[in-house]
Amino acid sequence: MSYLRLLAAFFRVSIRGELAYRVNFFVQLFQSLLGLGIALGGLAVIFSFTDTLGGWRPDEVLALVGVYFLVGGMIGLVIQPGMEELIDSIRTGTLDFTLTKPEDAQLLISIRRVEIWKLIDIVLGLIVLGTALVRLGGKVGGGEAAVFVLMLVAGGLIIYSFWLILATLSFWFVRVENILVIFQSMYEAGRWPISLYPGWLRYGLTFIVPVAFATTIPAEAMTSRLSTITLLGAVALAAVLLLVSRGFWRLGLRRYSGTSA
Amino acid sequence: MKGLAELYVQQFKTTMAMMFQYRASLLIWMIGHVLEPLVYLIVWSVVATTGGGSVGDYTKTQFAAYFIVLMLVNNVTYTWIMYEFEYRIRHGSLSFALLKPVHPIHSDIADNVSSKVLTLPFMLAIAAVLALIFHPALSPPLWAIALFIPALLLAFLVRFLLEWTLAQAAFWTTRVSAINQTYFVLLLFLSGQIAPLSLMPHPVRILADILPFRWMVGFPVELLLGRLTLTEALMGLGVQAAWVIIGLVLLRVVWRAGVRVYSAVGA
Repeated sequence: MSYLRLLAAFFRVSIRGELAYRVNFFVQLFQSLLGLGIALGGLAVIFSFTDTLGGWRPDEVLALVGVYFLVGGMIGLVIQPGMEELIDSIRTGTLDFTLTKPEDAQLLISIRRVEIWKLIDIVLGLIVLGTALVRLGGKVGGGEAAVFVLMLVAGGLIIYSFWLILATLSFWFVRVENILVIFQSMYEAGRWPISLYPGWLRYGLTFIVPVAFATTIPAEAMTSRLSTITLLGAVALAAVLLLVSRGFWRLGLRRYSGTSA
Repeated sequence: MKGLAELYVQQFKTTMAMMFQYRASLLIWMIGHVLEPLVYLIVWSVVATTGGGSVGDYTKTQFAAYFIVLMLVNNVTYTWIMYEFEYRIRHGSLSFALLKPVHPIHSDIADNVSSKVLTLPFMLAIAAVLALIFHPALSPPLWAIALFIPALLLAFLVRFLLEWTLAQAAFWTTRVSAINQTYFVLLLFLSGQIAPLSLMPHPVRILADILPFRWMVGFPVELLLGRLTLTEALMGLGVQAAWVIIGLVLLRVVWRAGVRVYSAVGA
């Protein structure tokens, strides 16, 4: 509970900080709309030549684009800024200040930076997703919605753990920011159904860089394509990765105490 | 002239040394540059398969050729100057460049070219692997191969000059990221990176002809794919040359005005 209070506090601080730069809201809105424009423009060009893309109908791909923005917004809102600051603070040694705080350090570093303008992406994603669902008609029941939310949470946790593992690497290597850039460019591939890709790329985007869990799988849940095995697999992977990343973080911390002394 | 040549040689050495230092970031840049054309290659292949083997005037294997060549052309012509320039102005490191007796664009060109020299062998290797996987259909006439080289060089120049000019927006505003992103959206659609321009709606195609974007990427690709007549190819080279001149003029005008604003802030 106290962590929720902390998160709320970090949110408040971030909002107060950003309200000094109100024009940023319009800049961010503009940039998010441009990003959405790329996605929708690309879809428009492609679906002017075909009715289905690898078995996905236009409105289903639209739902996927909504999920892509929604999850991308969540990553940009807390995960990415937190991890970037973690890498920075390991390099500069300011992690000391976090470690002396009376709360769990992993949680603190995970939620302390909030990029509030990314809420725009989340809202846009929800609007696109909502539009897609309305156009798909009443085919989405309560069950699908529940599984969708479950897959969204599992995907979020998988991505979070994945980033934490990568960021933790900076206890050993100095320049890891670039790995985060790899993820950004890989994430773009999640704008399309993973099933389009040839096997090697599909496995890569599922197990090496878990983009599939963030976008395609929740969208599959929404359009009732999800198999029970995938559902269970996603939940299991989320649990395992969460534990692994926690363990790895502790291992890294042990090494940090050695260098900062 | 001799001094300038020495500057280029020295900048080559510096950049090479730096790139060897940051091998990992090199790899990462390349992943980004491979993945995007690869995704569109796959998406369009799927569309072609669904549509009975072809979309518009492109078959599946021609899409493969298009996007593999596009990947190479894009790698040769891209610049990162817009990010770099903003950093220089924000942190004031441009002041040092201004003290030097040569225009700062020279060291930027040398830096860009030397990093391309280093990445090109890797990109060619990746292109070869992609060619094995996707079986591109590429059989251009000899004259198209010959004209491809000047077209590629001109494309590099057009893109470098215009992006260097645009980067100077940082002299006047701190919000260059919005400008940059607008530019990239236009580049993506109008240079043929999302789809070959011949598949785009008619108004987009006209826009692509008028604006410089097609001449930075799409034109050399179409040329090497053998999709242009000799007349079209020669006219295209003419348009590219015209854009180089426009770019040079713009660069001069904007740079002079920009440096004046900068010195006012930095004083």
